[in-house]
Amino acid sequence: MSTGAATAKKQKLSVPFDYNKYIRKNKLPHIWCPGCGHGIVLKSLLRAIDKSGLTKDQICMVSGIGCSSRTPGYVDFNTMHTLHGRALSYATGVKLAKPELKIIVTTGDGDALAIGGNHFIHTCRRNIDMTILVYSNAIYGMTGGQFSPTTPQGSMSTTSRYGNIEPSFDCCELAKAAGATFVARGTAYHTQELERTLIEAVRHKGTAVVEILDSCPIYFGRQNKYKSASQMMEQIEKDGTIPAAQAEKLPPEEVKGKLLRGILHRVERPEYCEQYLKLVEKALGKGNE
Amino acid sequence: MAARKAKKLMQGNESCFEGAIYAGCRFYAGYPITPSTEIAEGLSRRLPQIGGKFIQMEDEIASIAAVVGASLAGLKSMTATSGPGFSLKQEGLGYACMAEVPCVIVNVMRGGPSTGYPTGPSQSDVMQAKWGTHGDHPVVALTPAYVQEIFSETVRAFNIAEKYRTPVIILYDEIVGHMREPIIIPEPGELEVIDREKPTCPPEDYLPYDRRLEVPPLAAFGEGYRFHVTGLNHKDDGFPTNDSKTIEEGVKRLIRKIDNNRESIWKNDGYYLDDAEVVVFAYGSTARSARRSVRMAREKGIKAGLFRPLTIWPFPDKALKEAVKKARGVIVPEMNLGQIVLEVERNCPGMAVTGIHRVDGEPINPKQILDAIEKYR
Repeated sequence: MSTGAATAKKQKLSVPFDYNKYIRKNKLPHIWCPGCGHGIVLKSLLRAIDKSGLTKDQICMVSGIGCSSRTPGYVDFNTMHTLHGRALSYATGVKLAKPELKIIVTTGDGDALAIGGNHFIHTCRRNIDMTILVYSNAIYGMTGGQFSPTTPQGSMSTTSRYGNIEPSFDCCELAKAAGATFVARGTAYHTQELERTLIEAVRHKGTAVVEILDSCPIYFGRQNKYKSASQMMEQIEKDGTIPAAQAEKLPPEEVKGKLLRGILHRVERPEYCEQYLKLVEKALGKGNE
Repeated sequence: MAARKAKKLMQGNESCFEGAIYAGCRFYAGYPITPSTEIAEGLSRRLPQIGGKFIQMEDEIASIAAVVGASLAGLKSMTATSGPGFSLKQEGLGYACMAEVPCVIVNVMRGGPSTGYPTGPSQSDVMQAKWGTHGDHPVVALTPAYVQEIFSETVRAFNIAEKYRTPVIILYDEIVGHMREPIIIPEPGELEVIDREKPTCPPEDYLPYDRRLEVPPLAAFGEGYRFHVTGLNHKDDGFPTNDSKTIEEGVKRLIRKIDNNRESIWKNDGYYLDDAEVVVFAYGSTARSARRSVRMAREKGIKAGLFRPLTIWPFPDKALKEAVKKARGVIVPEMNLGQIVLEVERNCPGMAVTGIHRVDGEPINPKQILDAIEKYR
């Protein structure tokens, strides 16, 4: 019975999809390198948006600086490419000024968790309604391959020539601890699962963080002796992860060293803009001076 | 007979946020910092009462970012800060210049460098206002000196920001910020309030950075014009470019839109300038001391005058040159170790220009300026 439902769901998702509806075709070709997963993530995102029922005018996509932050330039929404690390702050301004807009932020591991770390935790704490996609490829790609807060310890990069001595962040644990009300992890390898996760993330009212494991074969792969982009995807995204639901049923030794995929945390908590409306009622109740 | 309008005793920082509300400001994002905090405190109370939005952000950088985001969503937006906070906002200020997003940034100047003297006055951020953010960019900065004037200059700051799609900085020192003076709140309609021009063309024809126009109209997010904004050098449609001709023309247009409109952005006040043989060039609270010095000098028979810029950037070179035509010298008192005095020197070639400087957290008093004037007896 459950298998049947899953098959039906899968068939529904595999209907040919016309991405042209959402792409600014005259802005192509994109800047992403061959083997980069960003385009795959974007396709999952566009399919998820299509199923959300939102119009293009209702969506505002905001980004910071980096490879993933170039995403808004290619999509036909209200779009904003801002400063390194500050996407969430610009997005907060847009959202509070115009709460009817659906905010989607595309950011990277360096953008969101290093230079933008402070904005990341406080956005999660406020639980302001926005969907945050952290494309996590464990490297600064735009600047040519320096280690980031999600680079695994021991990895090589152009600024860790003897292996990275810093431990890495778990983006999802960080988001959850900071107060995000929806936290999930997907990969560029599991495209349909990512689509389903993003549908839920976009639908969520509050701060939704989705960390997306994504490979950078050019700058991470070459320095760390991966043979190809597809080998990286299989090793890091496929073999290095396990669905959270499946992990629960397995003995700990089989889960050890793997990152969990799927929706990891979902709670209801008052959303910031709604709280602001309540504050306005209070202010009006007190009357004008 | 119309009833005489009641005067209100108000602090400079209060006058600032009331002026902002009058101008139509409906979004404020800020971070607490002395001596500008009263602006945030006041707006956290006032904005929710009038349908506006107030948010205290996690830092100064986030504040200016939120302000720019809100402005792109269509609200007149402002932030306020002081010294170290103004340093932190520089990158965001540059983004607002480049992306041509109207907004107002108040800097209530305190002693520096670094954390310096948080509760002491200073005028040491005038050059930071002009050059603080990297790259060639236009800057408009206003320097009110009276509590009433902070109100009207805040309105003017929003008007300039909206009209020219540019950030506008309001620079006043801690003395004016915390001083209480009676002011009259103007009636609605009494002061001009300008709103940004919005596009009327079909969305597919909209060019938010059209080089053929001095100031292209600015759509708001969510109103059908799905445009793109970036801090990168961009084409007329707002998308990044590496084309050297487009880059050069884009940056030059940014500068030109303020340069070509200097006459309408400049505002100066003069006191006994007509026959002045010695001109005091002073702004902010220092201009209040200077006014007194000029009056004292006149009582002693010395032909002194005061040139007081309300727009410090773009620098009022034309009016200054006119004001010093009959002068033998210019005196520039300022609470720093010599900033705007350099600009005055540059614009008064061959003339004796004397700076009076102070960085001990005390105001420059009229006697100090008078002593310098008396050398021209």
